[in-house]
Amino acid sequence: MRKLFVSAYKEVLLLLRDWGGLAILFFMPSVLIITITLIQESTFKAVGESTLPIVLVDEDQGEIGKLVAKNLAEAPNVQLITEIAGQPIDDNRARDLVSGGEYQIALVIPAGISDELNDKVNHNVDKILGEFALTGNDSIATTGQQPQKKWKTKEINIYFDPAAGQTFRNGVKSNIERMLSKVEVQKIYDVFIDQMELTEDPGLLNDEIIAFNEIIAQKGKDGIIPNAVQHNVPAWILFGIFFIVVPLGINLVKEKNLGTYIRLRTSPVSYAIILGGKIVTYTVICLIQFALMLLIAKYIFPLIGLIEFDPGAQLPLMVLIAFVAGLAAIGLGILIGTLAETQEQSAPFGAIFVIILAALGGVWVPTFIMPEVMQKVSAFSPMNWGISAFYDVILRNGTATDIARPLGYLLLFFVITLIAAIFYDKKHQTH
Amino acid sequence: MEEIIRVHQLSKRYAGSDRYALKDLSLSIAGGEIFGLLGPNGAGKTTLISTLCGMIKPTSGELWFKNLNYRQHRREIQRQIGVVPQEYALYPTLTATENLYYFGSLYGLPAARLKQDIAHGLERVGLTDFAGKPIKTFSGGMQRRVNLLAGILHRPNVLFLDEPTVGVDVHSKEVIMALLHELNEQGTTIIYSSHHLNEAQHFCTKIAIIDEGSIVVEGKPQQLIESVSGASTLENVFIHLTGSQLRDYA
Repeated sequence: MRKLFVSAYKEVLLLLRDWGGLAILFFMPSVLIITITLIQESTFKAVGESTLPIVLVDEDQGEIGKLVAKNLAEAPNVQLITEIAGQPIDDNRARDLVSGGEYQIALVIPAGISDELNDKVNHNVDKILGEFALTGNDSIATTGQQPQKKWKTKEINIYFDPAAGQTFRNGVKSNIERMLSKVEVQKIYDVFIDQMELTEDPGLLNDEIIAFNEIIAQKGKDGIIPNAVQHNVPAWILFGIFFIVVPLGINLVKEKNLGTYIRLRTSPVSYAIILGGKIVTYTVICLIQFALMLLIAKYIFPLIGLIEFDPGAQLPLMVLIAFVAGLAAIGLGILIGTLAETQEQSAPFGAIFVIILAALGGVWVPTFIMPEVMQKVSAFSPMNWGISAFYDVILRNGTATDIARPLGYLLLFFVITLIAAIFYDKKHQTH
Repeated sequence: MEEIIRVHQLSKRYAGSDRYALKDLSLSIAGGEIFGLLGPNGAGKTTLISTLCGMIKPTSGELWFKNLNYRQHRREIQRQIGVVPQEYALYPTLTATENLYYFGSLYGLPAARLKQDIAHGLERVGLTDFAGKPIKTFSGGMQRRVNLLAGILHRPNVLFLDEPTVGVDVHSKEVIMALLHELNEQGTTIIYSSHHLNEAQHFCTKIAIIDEGSIVVEGKPQQLIESVSGASTLENVFIHLTGSQLRDYA
């Protein structure tokens, strides 16, 4: 036990004397979590909360143009642009404004679309009512038998900034389509009212028959509504914890290069005890790192305009996840440090490998939008197990039982990497 | 004198190599000796010392430390031996005291005795004033002295030294050699490997010259010199037995 204690104490001293290493361990993850959350939060706001300017060119100057303008003007987060510097905008100018990157969207209502729609709707309503009259009203029977008239399809042009993503374009397009079909329905409805000579609008379009109710599915009543911070904090906590692979790998390689390894291997102490000292020290480091990032998320985030992250009653389970994820990261660091011969091998390999694990694990892009093959690969990333455990706890109010499976995988990963390192060391050094 | 190390038909071939680093080597070292292992580069000295320290396993053959077989009693043997590697096997950012305390603790030495021995050892090698300074601020000679202390704090029965004076200033060398003589007088057997043949001639009580994994000759330094006609130094014997060709291995 004393050998383990002095080994751990030695590791603490080595870390305390290495300011660069400490910076990697504490300062860099802190900067990372603040920077990434700020960037992702502002992106989220750009899409969800800030105002989107839309250029509208109304060449129709009829009913449809007015209805579209009215709907856009009433839409939340939309700023309607119909003229620039007091000058009206035409089709060509609208295209230039969008292609030049000044605006992301422009909508051009072609001339005559209202008349065309009116004509078409009147004709069709006449036809329907005429067919209806065939059974009981002879006076309009001939109207119902008039031939089907052909109309040219009128196109509303939507110009998109080439830099606008497909998801954004699809979202905007579907909103405009919905708005136009609402206009069409309203028009048909008005013609029916008119043709049937009703003195009073029965108000059939006033109430929505079907509505959507958005519910975040989670256990218990006190569930937290997920937001960018709650997605980012656990993801980047894990990323920071796994970055421990780099200094730990360097630590082991340095030991080999300095010759202290020879002294350790010729001492009456097992390699497991030597590694035990590192495991104890670096586990504590992981937990300090976790606490630091949690404190930043709770106290610094509100000061810089981000939402406060409050783990609430789920804190003990989060500590448990950080502890087990820390062990998995340490196992990986020990394996890399054991396999590598030089710092030039261990440091870049460790860093890049952690970035790959993070990408696969869903730190940057949620796993459910990855291609199917990558989703399958992702299931083998320890960072994915850690993130899913954190999400179970934070977003779904999960219990210890709910996270037993990902924690089991992380522990297994730790045991396998550690045994592999000890086995390789034994094989490599004694043969 | 009682036999302390016995090596019987020891062979070692590293994985992936078609060449034997040691080939059917047999050797006996008596307690209290200062035993010199000399040989050209790649002769097998480091492999032999590493095997005797329990760091690497032989391909075949047997080794005993007193009556303990290495295969069954490696840990027990390692408690009784000390190793001073050629490298400065110390943590550069830790102080001399911290380094010595850590390595001494791995031998299970009680804290109070260890602290006392560290203070005494540092005083003996003239480093008391530097006890609290990080090793990285030490000169080569100072580091060599601490390196030696780290290998003898637990008072080993056998001390393995690999080039203990390489790159060392004259004064540090004097201190190191004096301390080694003192240890030997107190009963420590010393097994020493070096390219300094003149130093070995005067320091060792017995010498074995190894070449191509086997012992070429073994005896007291003076006996070896007398055995080769015209030789006046150990260097003459060495050249006579191993040739004057360069031995470079990559």
